[in-house]
Amino acid sequence: MSVEILDDIGPAIDPAEVKKELLEKYPAKVARKRSKQIQINRIDEEGNVAPIGANVRTVPGIITQRGCTYAGCKGVILGPTRDIVNITHGPIGCGFYSWLTRRNQTRTTGDQEDNFMTYCFSTDMQDEDIVFGGEKKLKAAIQEAYDNFKPKAISIFSTCPVGLIGDDVHSVAREMKEKLGINIFGFSCEGYRGVSQSAGHHIANNGIFKHVVGKNDDIMEAEYKINLLGEYNIGGDGFEIDRILNKCGIGVVSTFSGNSTYDQFANSHTADLNAVMCHRSINYVADMLEIKYGIPWIKINFIGAKATAKSLRKIAQYFEDPKLTKRVEEVIEEELPGVEAVREEVKSRCEGKLAMLFVGGSRAHHYQELFKEIGMKIVSAGYEFAHRDDYEGRKVIPDIKIDADSRNIEEIEVNKDEEKYNPRKTDAQMENLEKEGLTFKDYKGMMPEMDQNALVIDDVSQFETEKLLEIYKPDIYCAGIKEKYAIQKSGIPMKQLHSYDSGGPYAGFNGAMNFYKEIDRMVNSQIWNFFQPPWQKNPELSAKFVWE
Amino acid sequence: MLLRHTNKDIKIRKALTVNPAKTCQPIGAMYAALGVHNCLPHSHGSQGCCAYHRSALTRHFREPVMAATSSFTEGSSVFGGQANLIQAIDTIFNAYDPDVIAVHTTCLSETIGDDVSQIVNKALADGKIPPGKRVIHASTPSYVGSHVTGFATMAKSMAIQFAEKTGESNGCFNIVPGYVEPSDMAEIKRMVMELGIKPIMWPDTSNVLNGPQTGKYKMFPSGGVTTDELKSSADSLGSIALGELASADAVRALDSLHRVPCQVLDLPIGLLATDRFIDALRTVAGVSVPETVNTERGQLIDVITDMHQYFYGKKVALVGDPDHLIPLTEFLVSLDMKPCHIVTGTPGKSFERRINEITAGLDCKVNVKAGGDMYLLHQWIKNEPVDLLLANTYGKYIARDEDLPFVRYGFPILDRVGHSYFPTTCYKGGIRLLEKMLDVLLERQDRDAPEESFELVM
Repeated sequence: MSVEILDDIGPAIDPAEVKKELLEKYPAKVARKRSKQIQINRIDEEGNVAPIGANVRTVPGIITQRGCTYAGCKGVILGPTRDIVNITHGPIGCGFYSWLTRRNQTRTTGDQEDNFMTYCFSTDMQDEDIVFGGEKKLKAAIQEAYDNFKPKAISIFSTCPVGLIGDDVHSVAREMKEKLGINIFGFSCEGYRGVSQSAGHHIANNGIFKHVVGKNDDIMEAEYKINLLGEYNIGGDGFEIDRILNKCGIGVVSTFSGNSTYDQFANSHTADLNAVMCHRSINYVADMLEIKYGIPWIKINFIGAKATAKSLRKIAQYFEDPKLTKRVEEVIEEELPGVEAVREEVKSRCEGKLAMLFVGGSRAHHYQELFKEIGMKIVSAGYEFAHRDDYEGRKVIPDIKIDADSRNIEEIEVNKDEEKYNPRKTDAQMENLEKEGLTFKDYKGMMPEMDQNALVIDDVSQFETEKLLEIYKPDIYCAGIKEKYAIQKSGIPMKQLHSYDSGGPYAGFNGAMNFYKEIDRMVNSQIWNFFQPPWQKNPELSAKFVWE
Repeated sequence: MLLRHTNKDIKIRKALTVNPAKTCQPIGAMYAALGVHNCLPHSHGSQGCCAYHRSALTRHFREPVMAATSSFTEGSSVFGGQANLIQAIDTIFNAYDPDVIAVHTTCLSETIGDDVSQIVNKALADGKIPPGKRVIHASTPSYVGSHVTGFATMAKSMAIQFAEKTGESNGCFNIVPGYVEPSDMAEIKRMVMELGIKPIMWPDTSNVLNGPQTGKYKMFPSGGVTTDELKSSADSLGSIALGELASADAVRALDSLHRVPCQVLDLPIGLLATDRFIDALRTVAGVSVPETVNTERGQLIDVITDMHQYFYGKKVALVGDPDHLIPLTEFLVSLDMKPCHIVTGTPGKSFERRINEITAGLDCKVNVKAGGDMYLLHQWIKNEPVDLLLANTYGKYIARDEDLPFVRYGFPILDRVGHSYFPTTCYKGGIRLLEKMLDVLLERQDRDAPEESFELVM
């Protein structure tokens, strides 16, 4: 068994001992449960990894970093859409906290186009709405939203009390849709559903697919048309990816859902390929678009320069057009040297340093590429809310048991669309492409790409984070805003990989350069040397001063 | 335009809130609980609330904000959250070892009707609360009031669940400082001590949410009111609450339970409200005001007289919490400014009455609304433009669209630092507020001045 990563951080760290230490303070039942979610990475010769506990309920009181279903549905998937009025049906908090706090950038072509990103719409439920029901207020709120804003579409997001008091947001949506003549649809994304944001992704996927996808048959003018799925344009990531794709001559029909519009969702069924960035949040839509409309999907990753080049080549390979292949190679050749120059310089200062990544449901994997490109090592990583397929690869999907906490998340039945189903490739073509190494409908997961003996931790707690820092003393820890300052106070640089600490883009070629420089800035900043005042370093005066 | 859909045409809205000027109760309770030494706040609901509240406070303070949650699932939402809370208490004491867990609720646990008091008793009976440790609780339904209400409820719970009367006076005065910054809490405490009065102040987030970087993380920082102080609050000579909404409930509860006489004042923001605060302290404690305090007051007045020309007649729009806006409006009026559009998201009738009283002498129309939102405020500004906007960070969108000089004030401030280190209360804080307003007003004059009237001396 390779202990490569351990050699770099001192001879004494045994991951099994670390795991024991992470668990020892918990009550016995909690320790048993957490034990399944902490896995020492072992990859066998076929690339298989041991199963990890994931997508299970959170231990009460453990100080999790997880959020809720509403956050996954409204905050993540539908929040970034710029021309739909998103009404939060609930008390004010949920709407308030998801108001502009995720950095999904939007850009319209002029002031005439709708952009509701800067607005927060809420029914601001009061106690009388809890007692007598909130449907009447919801209807009135939809009417007022229509009167004030005249949007193309309105969607409604349910919060915790809505399900409990039995407000039927879907029937309200149907009634108001009839009345106002615009598309209005609701989401039952109450915060207590499922065990994390993940349930909200699924609910959002179902809703957008049922109510919007396929409603607009306009065909985009572009030779090669793709959808970019699971890219939310944090800090302009989507803009950078669009720049590169456009340079290659690839048209993006729709992005789910960074800088997206209602119409883009509505004609996403006209693309010829789905390129999936964030597997966790959008794999449902990818599968449904394939079943109903015949559009295949591939997993791509635009985080990291090499990953970006590889993803472009995969897309080109799919379209089987030498002209596109040539163009893609030209673009890579044009972009890479600039990136390489920065990478080499930064690598000289970062090589051998240790990183840890605990991020949502995809970035803990994607960003490992960027760190590796500058010679850094990942000693530990994990997701807040990913499922086993994100850790171990999609091949384990048949083995995943849906437990009681997630059983009530709707699975929708999707069938071939009689009129619009159109297989983009023949079976023979697909087979051929697979033979040439392009894999469809597949994601290998994070663990097979990590080092042996790295610690993989699902739903890491505050306690476990502190222990990891104490034991491994990493050079950088990546997570979110809630973790940031506790880690920084421990004297360890902390990079937010949700908000990018207001930086970015980090995707694509320009993004890679931004990220290299940012990590260099952080791990090599002088400030980490200044924490101790001089009078604590040398408390005893070696000679007496005499003031005369 | 960032807020391109906001126009002059004000349609009456009864159901839809757009760009709220408030948030929900539990975050206020969480903030208050962080003002107790060695205390871990706990959110009894689904975990999304806790994540959001921690994130919002963290973004505002740029400090660790720790809190645990009961992490309700669909099952517990139907059958009640007792098992979740008891398991949480057990896990928390084992893994994190606080002295106190301060539980608040959310719209979820309130709607299903969990009896937290009974659950805590059960945890105690089951031996899940170690000897010497305490679990206190406050009921904070998100569908009533606002974040300020949540703060008030937790501040009250702290007092009534800890206070033990021994009958022997501790010689102290209780001070409840209101929903203000750690810097303000420190400043209020400093003023009280400057007068020679011994305070018991709760909550106190100074040195909790504006702590130092030392290279060592402490989950429970050095600040916070201690449980011994809270116990002793029943033996104090009297209590002063600053801010009717955030603080009055706590001191009134102590008055009725333990006969500690109380007085409720406005937050000491600006000249006149600070005067009333100092005068009240002097009177109740029977002390004289030291020269140092007179000097600070004189310095504030000095800045006003020096720079009055830049304030005079300027129209101001304000949005924030009632306890802040009342003395702030009074301060602006005392500078001969015209606060003419004033919105708070927190409901309550007395707010509009107080503002109307304070602005009665102004020769302009004053729009005021409690339970309003920032969309309405923006529409008012479009109809009647102003010279200055004071608001939390969300105001920057209005400020940019309308090209307004803008001072960040209140909660949350997500895009600047300073608020947690430098107070805006008492005389010193008054000077800081003036400095901030002057900065943006004079920057604007500099920016817009034709070259020939670009001034060196202003």
